[in-house]
Amino acid sequence: MIRILKYVVIDILKNKTVMAYTILLALISWSTFSLEDNVDKGLLTILNIVLLTVPLVSVLFTTIYVYNSSEFIELLVSHPIKRSVIWKALFTGLSVSMVTAYIIGTGIPLLIFAGWGTALMMIAAGSLLSVIFVSIAFLSSILTRDKAKGIGISIMLWLYFALLFDALILFLFFQFSDYPIEKMVVMLSAFSPIDMCRILILLRLDVAAMLGYTGAVFQNLFGNNMGWVFSFSLLIIWIIVPFYFSLRNFKKRDL
Amino acid sequence: MIEINNISKNFGKLKALQQVSLQLNKGECIALIGPNGCGKTTLIKTILGMVLPGSGEIIFDGTPIKNSNEYRKHIGYMPQIGRYPENMTIGQIIKMVKEIRKSPDALDDELFNRFKLQEMLDKKMRTLSGGTTQKVSATLAFMFYPKVLILDEPTAGLDPIAALILKEKIIKARNNGCLVLITSHLLSELEDLVSQVIFMQDGKLVLHKNVNDLKAATQKSTIAHSIVHLLQTENV
Repeated sequence: MIRILKYVVIDILKNKTVMAYTILLALISWSTFSLEDNVDKGLLTILNIVLLTVPLVSVLFTTIYVYNSSEFIELLVSHPIKRSVIWKALFTGLSVSMVTAYIIGTGIPLLIFAGWGTALMMIAAGSLLSVIFVSIAFLSSILTRDKAKGIGISIMLWLYFALLFDALILFLFFQFSDYPIEKMVVMLSAFSPIDMCRILILLRLDVAAMLGYTGAVFQNLFGNNMGWVFSFSLLIIWIIVPFYFSLRNFKKRDL
Repeated sequence: MIEINNISKNFGKLKALQQVSLQLNKGECIALIGPNGCGKTTLIKTILGMVLPGSGEIIFDGTPIKNSNEYRKHIGYMPQIGRYPENMTIGQIIKMVKEIRKSPDALDDELFNRFKLQEMLDKKMRTLSGGTTQKVSATLAFMFYPKVLILDEPTAGLDPIAALILKEKIIKARNNGCLVLITSHLLSELEDLVSQVIFMQDGKLVLHKNVNDLKAATQKSTIAHSIVHLLQTENV
């Protein structure tokens, strides 16, 4: 595993995309913190950018990379290596690269400007988000052999999680505003990792109060220790499930 | 050495392999022939575990290959069209395969030297011609002294000198007790190499015979003539 992982990481590093992504994140984070004199405001700006760009770059880069690795995979499968090892090495390599890019680009300015607790929280959320979308990309790239279709699926999934899901929740809220559906909405948010991360960070920033009654429900559900454990386990499940299905599919695939 | 029992494989509606059973023994050099799309490459890929059969099993040295990968260290495989990571150089590819195989230091570098790959170590795979890619494939296939060699159209794309070098190497491996499985459309090229012939058509095994028996049965002097004779008389 380590031997293959080494080649995957070297190859990703040679690819300039991850480097550009790191620089982009760093530029956004540094400039936001230098422009805003209020740290909390800066954090919110960064949060919104992170919640959109991190998943997008992770899912797109990974999908394209996995398709472009078809030769690499083909070369390896005729040698004495387990298929699962190849797939896991690719996954680990991509996850490590995306997380490292995020930590260098956004994590360092966060640690410098924001409080340690908030910074670590945002680093954890962003890192998990990166890995979740790498995992989702693995699933969408195994679903079809057509590269264009695979990238299409990835973009659709990103659109769904980043934009559509929010709209749907909002729609539900307005339609059923006469009923006490706050708890249900909280439960629903578990179906989108991006929203989970957003809620977790907003709670940490103590701006949840602005969300009114719903905010209080959030606070109730996520604010205590059980809530943290629950939400982080959910995020981990978001990593494991798509990757597990892609792995199962990859083992049975004809190359 | 390799036992294939009732292998079938469908790609959608296409029946690529239908109930193929074969027994391949050590020291044999077997030609796998048949028209385009008859399932030769699919059969080879099922032996390598790259394509998973729909039904049936393959036994390598007494153990079923399903869910196993260790048996592949005894196989040297040369694909029909070698596909390699484009950004890697020849040197990196060879080094990586060596590392993955955890091979001992004593390797067979005869082809590496005779194909003069040393001078091209820094060339990227993307820039190579089809023939040079084939040379890399051949070098990798022979490098680890495999017990079984699976060569899919080995001489296609090679220049005459390289083809001759490869042919000599195949004969040498065969004489050392290697099981060699070759697919080729150039029947004349196989003439002095092979000891057995497998003929496939539409995913079915049509015949598996010793070369001498085949020639005797058809009363022809070459494999090519025998096969043509068989096809014309259709009394396979």
